[in-house]
Amino acid sequence: MIKHSFIEKNSFVLLIGILVVVAIGGLVEIAPLYWLDSTVEKVRGVRPYSPLELAGRNIYIREGCYACHSQQIRSLRDEVERYGHYSLAAESMYDHPFQWGSKRTGPDLARVGGRYSDEWHATHMIDPRSIVPESIMPGYPFLATNRLDYENMAGHLEANRTVGVPYTDEMIANAVADVEAQANPDEGDVDALLARYPKAQARVFDGEAGKITELDALIAYMQMLGTLVDFDSFDAAANSR
Amino acid sequence: MNGLALFGLGIAAALGLGVAAGAADEGMRIHAMLFAGAAIIAVFFLINRIYEPKVSPAGGSDRIDYNDGVVRAGAIASVFWGLVGFLVGLTLALQLAFPVLNFDTAWLNFGRLRPLHTSAVIFAFGGNVLIMSSFYVVQRTCRARLAGELAPWFVFWGYQLFIVLAATGYLLGITQSKEYAEPEWYIDLWLTIVWVTYLLVFLATLWKRREPHIYVANWFYLAFIVTVAMLHLINNATVPVSLMGSKSYIAWAGVQDALTQWWYGHNAVGFFLTAGFLGMMYYFLPKQAGRPIFSYRLSIVHFWSLIFLYIWAGPHHLHFTALPDWAQTLGMVFSVMLWMPSWGGMVNGLMTLSGAWDKIRTDPLIRFMVVSLAFYGMSTFEGPLMAIRTVNALSHYTDWTIGHVHSGALGWVAYISFAAIYFLVPPLWGQARLYSLRLVNVHFWISSIGIVLYITAMWVSGILQGLMWRAYDNLGFLEFSFIETVEAMHPFYVIRAVGGLLFVIGMLVMIYNLWRTIRGEVRAEAPMAGTAAARA
Repeated sequence: MIKHSFIEKNSFVLLIGILVVVAIGGLVEIAPLYWLDSTVEKVRGVRPYSPLELAGRNIYIREGCYACHSQQIRSLRDEVERYGHYSLAAESMYDHPFQWGSKRTGPDLARVGGRYSDEWHATHMIDPRSIVPESIMPGYPFLATNRLDYENMAGHLEANRTVGVPYTDEMIANAVADVEAQANPDEGDVDALLARYPKAQARVFDGEAGKITELDALIAYMQMLGTLVDFDSFDAAANSR
Repeated sequence: MNGLALFGLGIAAALGLGVAAGAADEGMRIHAMLFAGAAIIAVFFLINRIYEPKVSPAGGSDRIDYNDGVVRAGAIASVFWGLVGFLVGLTLALQLAFPVLNFDTAWLNFGRLRPLHTSAVIFAFGGNVLIMSSFYVVQRTCRARLAGELAPWFVFWGYQLFIVLAATGYLLGITQSKEYAEPEWYIDLWLTIVWVTYLLVFLATLWKRREPHIYVANWFYLAFIVTVAMLHLINNATVPVSLMGSKSYIAWAGVQDALTQWWYGHNAVGFFLTAGFLGMMYYFLPKQAGRPIFSYRLSIVHFWSLIFLYIWAGPHHLHFTALPDWAQTLGMVFSVMLWMPSWGGMVNGLMTLSGAWDKIRTDPLIRFMVVSLAFYGMSTFEGPLMAIRTVNALSHYTDWTIGHVHSGALGWVAYISFAAIYFLVPPLWGQARLYSLRLVNVHFWISSIGIVLYITAMWVSGILQGLMWRAYDNLGFLEFSFIETVEAMHPFYVIRAVGGLLFVIGMLVMIYNLWRTIRGEVRAEAPMAGTAAARA
C-alpha cells in the first residue's frame, strides 16, 4: 500500500495521479459516442445546411440566441405535444457546434420551421412586442438593414468539410451562387440548389427583393429547422438506445 | 531572460500588426490591433524594468522575499472584474424584467451580454481570485518565493488580455456559442499559452519548496490548473475558416459535441469553481480561525473522490435528450455519488471551527467563510437532486437551474473570495488591519439578503414555469401557451433584479472599505462583540 505521504512529497506523482484520475470519466463516457454505431439514429432526409441556412445559423450563434432558446425536444409527453416529435441525434449530426441550448426563456425552436410565415418572423425579429405583446425578447431591427456577408461562404463550407460535414466540391464551388439563388430565386438556378440541398426553401424571406440581408439568412435557417427528417420512414424501436 | 522577453514581445507586436493589416473581418482587425497594442505597451514596461535600480531584499538571509506585487495586482483585478461582472449581471436581470432595456442594438442585447456576464464573473473575477490566491498560498505553504520574475507577471497580464479579448469579442459578436467556452480559436490559443505558463510557475514553485509535504490547498490548486487545461484543449478543438478571420467551426458534431461541451461545462463548475476555491478554503479558513484542518484523512479521501467523480457528471445536463440513455444514466449515478465528496469538503471546513464557533459572532470574515461553506453544502446537495432524471424533467430549461448556479456562485464562490480578499488586503499593503470590520458585516448582511431574494425568486419562478409547461386541462389539452408562462415570470424577475442590486451594493461597500484600508486608515468604531481585531 502506497502511503499518501509519498504522493504529497513528489509533485510529479501528484500531477500524474491527478491526470489519470480526471481522464477516466471522459474516456469511458464520451469516447464511445464516437464509435458506437447506435449513437446517431439511421434516418432519411438529413443533409448539410445550404450556404444561406449556414450563414443564418452563424447569425443565430453570433447573437447568442442559444442563451434563451433550446433546440432539443425532450422525450416527455408535454414537450412532444407542444413542439413536435422528440429530437433525434441524427438531426444535429452536421452541427458544428451543436445548438441544443440549456434554457428556455423563450420556446424551443427545434421544429419551428414552417410554423410561422416569413412575414411573421420578419416583423417579430424587428419588433417582437408588435406581434407578441408579452414577449421579453430583444428586438433585432439591425438584421433587416445589415447586408449579409456571404462572399466567403465557400471557405465556410470547406472548414465544415474539414471537420466532417459531407460538402462536395460542387457544393463548395457553388456556395455563393446558392446563397443568391435561395434568397433571390428569380435571379438564380433554384433547380440546381434543390438538387444539392433537397427541401431547401427558396424565396425572398424578409420581404425585400434584390438585397440579401442578415434577416433573409436567419429566417431561411428558422424555416428549415426540424423539417428535414422523413418521420414516416423512421423506426423508433430499431433506434432505441 | 529580459532579452528573450523583448524578442517575444516584438514578434507578438509584429504578428498583431500583420494580422490587423490583412484581417478578414472587422472583429479580427480590432482584436489584432488590441493584441499589438498590448505587446507594445509591455515593451515599454519591460525596458523600464530593466533600467530600474535593483533593490535587494531587506532583512536577514533566512527571511523569504515573497513576490507579492503580482498578488496585489491580482487583488485589484479581482475586485474590479467582480464589480464589472455583477453590474452586467444586474443589467441582464433588468433586461429580462423590462425588455426595452435591450435598446434594439446589436452590442447590448441580452444574447451578447450574457456570455459577457458569465465570463466576467467566472473567468475574470473567479479566475483572478484563483490565480492571485494560489500565488499567495503556494509561496507561504512552500516557504519559497514564486518561481520566475517575469513569468508570474506574464500570467497576470496575459490573463487580463485574454479577458479583454473575450469580452470585447462577445460585444462584437465573436463567439463559438459553447457556454463558458465562447471565445474564438485565437483567444483560446492565447489562453493556452498563458495557462501553461501558469502551470509551470505553480509547479516550479512547488519544486523550490522548503517544506517536505505539499500542503492540501496546493493539491486542489494543481488539480484545478491541470484539469482546466485538459478540458479547455479538448472542448475548444476547432478549425478556423481563415487564419486571418475570427470564425471557426468546432471539430465535434451534434450529440458528441453536446456531451463534450457539458463534460467541459460541468467541470468548469467542478474544477474552476469548486476545486480551486476549496484550495482557498483549505488555506484561509484555518488561518483565520487559528485552528488546524479538522481531518487530514478526510481531506485525502474527499480530494481524490471529488476529482474522480466530478468528471462523470456532465450528462445530467442532457437528460431526455438525443444523448444515448446509457450515458444519461452514468451521468445521473455519478452526480448523485458526487454528493458525498462534496460534503466531505464542507464537513472538513465546518468542523475545523470546532472549539472556535464563537468566532461566527465576533469575526465577520469567519462569518463569510462559514456561510460560504453552508451554501457550498446546500448547492452540492441541490445539484445531485437536480441530476436525477425525474427531477431534471421538471427543473431543466427553467430558472431553477439559474437559481442553483447562483446559490453556488454568489453564496460559495463569491463569499469565500470576499473572505480571502478581506484577509489578504491588509498584509499585502502592509497594514495592521482592515479599515472597518463593521463595514465587512454590513457587506455580509446586504449581500446575504440579496442572495436569498435571488435564489428564492428563481426557485419559485423555475418550479412554477416547469409545472405550467406540463399542466393539462380537464379535456387533456396543454393548459398554458408558452407566452403565458413567460408572463408569469415577471414579478420574480423583478425580485431577482432587486437581489442582484443588493449584491452590487455590498460589493461597493467592500471596495470602499478596501480603499480606505489600503490608504492605511482605521475607522473609529466600537469593536464587534468580543474581539475581532485579533488578527493583525
